[in-house]
Parts: sequence; C-alpha cells; structure tokens
Amino acid sequence: MKLMNCPLNGPRPVLEFAFGGELRAMPDPDRASDAQWADYVWNRNGAPGVKREWWCHVPSGFWFIAERDTLRDVVIATYPCEAVLR
Amino acid sequence: MPYRLLKFALSRRHPEPRMFRVPAALKPAYDVVIIGAGGHGLAAAYYLARDHGIRNVAVLEKGYLGGGNTGRNTTIIRSNYLTPEGVRFYDESLRLWRDLATDFDLNLFYSQRGHFTLAHTDAAMRTMRWRAEVNKHLGVKSEAVDAAFVKRAIPMIDMECGGHAPILGALYHEPGAIARHDAVAWGYGRGADRRGVEIHQQTEVTGIEVTGGRVVGVRTSRGRIATPKVLCAVAGYTPRILDMVGLRSPIYVHALQAMVSEAIKPWLDPIIVSGSLHVYLSQTARGELVMGASLDPYEVQNTRSTLDFAEGLAAHMLDLFPFLGDVKVVRQWAGLADMTPDFAPIMGTTPLEGFYLDSGWGTWGFKATPVCGKTMSHTVATGANHPLIRAFEFDRFERFELTGEKGAASVGH
Repeated sequence: MKLMNCPLNGPRPVLEFAFGGELRAMPDPDRASDAQWADYVWNRNGAPGVKREWWCHVPSGFWFIAERDTLRDVVIATYPCEAVLR
Repeated sequence: MPYRLLKFALSRRHPEPRMFRVPAALKPAYDVVIIGAGGHGLAAAYYLARDHGIRNVAVLEKGYLGGGNTGRNTTIIRSNYLTPEGVRFYDESLRLWRDLATDFDLNLFYSQRGHFTLAHTDAAMRTMRWRAEVNKHLGVKSEAVDAAFVKRAIPMIDMECGGHAPILGALYHEPGAIARHDAVAWGYGRGADRRGVEIHQQTEVTGIEVTGGRVVGVRTSRGRIATPKVLCAVAGYTPRILDMVGLRSPIYVHALQAMVSEAIKPWLDPIIVSGSLHVYLSQTARGELVMGASLDPYEVQNTRSTLDFAEGLAAHMLDLFPFLGDVKVVRQWAGLADMTPDFAPIMGTTPLEGFYLDSGWGTWGFKATPVCGKTMSHTVATGANHPLIRAFEFDRFERFELTGEKGAASVGH
C-alpha cells in the first residue's frame, strides 16, 4: 500500500487522501479580461512534471500542499498550505 | 465476413503476407504528418488516402503501432450517449464499424452483444430514461428496461448486489458490441500502407516548427520533416505536444486501469456497465472477462498498475457476480486518459494554422475510431471542421459552450 505523509497526521495510506488539483493563482475577477478568466477556469497544465498540488486528508478534513512528480508518481514533499498562501 | 478467409480455407500455403512495409528513411517533406500510430491516427491516414487522395502522408509513432490506448482499452463499442451531438457522432461510428471487416478484408472479431447500463437508484433510472429518449429520437436502439428484463438476460447476476445496491433496471442498448482492438489498428494501418502512407515506428516527435502562426515542420528523433499540416492523435500525450506549439487546453491526464481474468466457460453474453459500482465487463470469445473501472483518483502520467485498483474492482465484481470469487486475474495494465471538463473530445482546427487536434479522448475513444478517422481526414483535407465535430471544437471552453457528456460516461468518474 502506498503511503503519503500528512503534515498533520503523519504517514497514512494514500486511500485516505483526496486529490484537489494543481495549486493555481486566481486572477482578480474584477480586473481579468474574459479571455484571462476563461483560461483560469478551464485550462490546465496537463504535461507531466513536479507539481504543487492540493491534497486533503479526508478523515481529518485537513488540506495541505504536496509536491509530486506526476510522471513517476512520487511524492517529494508535503507541507501545510500556509507556506504558499502568503 | 472478410472474403479473404475463404482463401485461407482453399489455399495449401498460408497466404498471409506482412501487414506493413517498414519504410527505410523519412522523406524530407510530406503533405500531412500524423503524430501517433494508434487507431485514430491510422484511421485518419487511411481515409485521407482512400477518400481524399492525399497519400504523401507520414504517421509517426514513438513506440509501436497500436501500443497506446488502442491496445489498452476494454473494446466496448456503443452509441447510447446523452447529448444529441454525441449520439449522432458515435452512431455514425457504429455504422462504420459494421462494414469495417469487409473494408479491411480482415477479421475484427466484431461481436454484437447488447449493452446493459445498470441502474441501482431512482436517479440513475431517470438518467437511463433520458438517454433512452434522446437515443430513440435519433434512431438509436436504446430502451429503459426493468429488473426482470435484466435478470432474464444475465441469469448469473446477483440482483441485490450483496444487498447494498439492488438493481432497479437498466438502459439496454442492443447494438452494443466488442471488437478485437489490435486488429483495428492493423486493418487501418495496412489499408493506409497499401495506399502509399508511410508508417514510421520508433520515431519520436521532439518539436513542431511554427512560422508566422502556421506549422512548417516537425522535428523528430530521426531528423527534420517539412510539412504544412500536422494532426496530433496521441491520447494521454496531448498536453506534451500542445506545449511544443504553445497552446493551452483544459486537458488533464489520469491513468485508467483495466484487467482480464483467466478464460472460463462462456456464461456472459451482453456487455455490462454499472456506474454506481464503477465497473464494466464483457466476456471475450476466448472466455476471458475483460474488466474496467474508474480513472485513477489523481493525476498521473505513468502506466503503472496498483493493488488498490485490483482490490476495488474485484470487490465490485463480486457484488454483481459472487460466484467469480475463485476466478484468477491474469493481467492488469493502464493507459493514459486525456480527460476534458465536459467528457467530450476536443477535435478539429486550432488557433495555429495547419495544426489539427484529435484529442480529449479520455476513456471513450476506442468506439469512435472510425468516425474520428472520417471526420479528421475531412478536416485536415479541407481545413474546415467536419459538421459532426462542431460540438467538440477547441475554442468551446472560452465561449463557455460545453457539450456536457458526463451523464453518458460509462462509469462515474
């Protein structure tokens, strides 16, 4: 069974986690053009690489950030989201 | 039936030649370059050569022919979709499928079985009625049937599913079929090859050259090619190709796994799908059960297999068919699904002149192989999107005009 290190609960089976998608910066809705907004709503970075992603430890409802290589499916680091929301 | 089979019966020697030529070197220029020698790419090459007279075509494949999702799907063919655009499109594909073996003079083992989409809740039953009405309106044979009908057609099924998901009824789609997926790639490949198309395996595209907003060439691991038109038909590798030309898209990639059991006595004629239990299965002519389930639950561009998947799928299989408990799984594998937000493909022209996409085929691409070849060859030959793919255009997202096919996804994703 694959394990993931939750910053709050320690190593847990990956089945306990929900994937929340890549961390993305939202443009200011009042200033973004229609094209910028549509790009934010729909477009994704679909190519493989090391990505910063939202993950949730479902039993405790704790959201955090994981850096993961999507080509090898290897988690490189996990940390609380405060580090990236400033 | 392919008439060539008669020759096998009457001939003393095995009359089968090699399926394809192996072209020696890349030419410096082609009229069209197709990236990806899977079913879709080869079908486009076949119809470009056969229907449009464009034969100076190279199909480039970084691996081997039909080794991607064409050889990794669970071979189900159906047209019982939800949106009228989807139903029309897939039904045209089904019509093409029926004549394909004769077209190719190759046995595709096309086998019409009937297709049940099981409903375990009132909400699911409502969706089945909705799909049945849309289908019937467009001349597609689908009907909502009750539990007794399901039990008669599949006597071995546990209608209570262990007590937690009783089957209330189903959407029954009589034309539902399975076919030998490898043979589809081989048939299209041979047909294209005989008409002059070159298929280059072990040839990876490393870049696409763009000048003044239009495609002028392709760089490959075996040298540069000049071409005014590139068709990208690479399934889960689409985002990597799009990065080469600087186009952004909503496509995200998850792995989709499947597995197959040892061969057992024939006991299952129809194809069965359950959205609630996340399972679809059919029994091949050899007796193996071919089983699939939902996408892997997170983004991954790797075709590894997981134990979580095998366990989850086996548990749901046993809900439906408890007697399979002792049957062994012999293979498990994965393909890379290029998913879209509305569960419809992204096809046709792009903002880049000469660059055409046949993508977003997620978990639903195999059945569409013939119609994709037809419509994409038309689109590449004329430079304008075929009428059947207007609902699948690249720019529908920025117009917020989605196609909404999720209700017809074979399992809940």
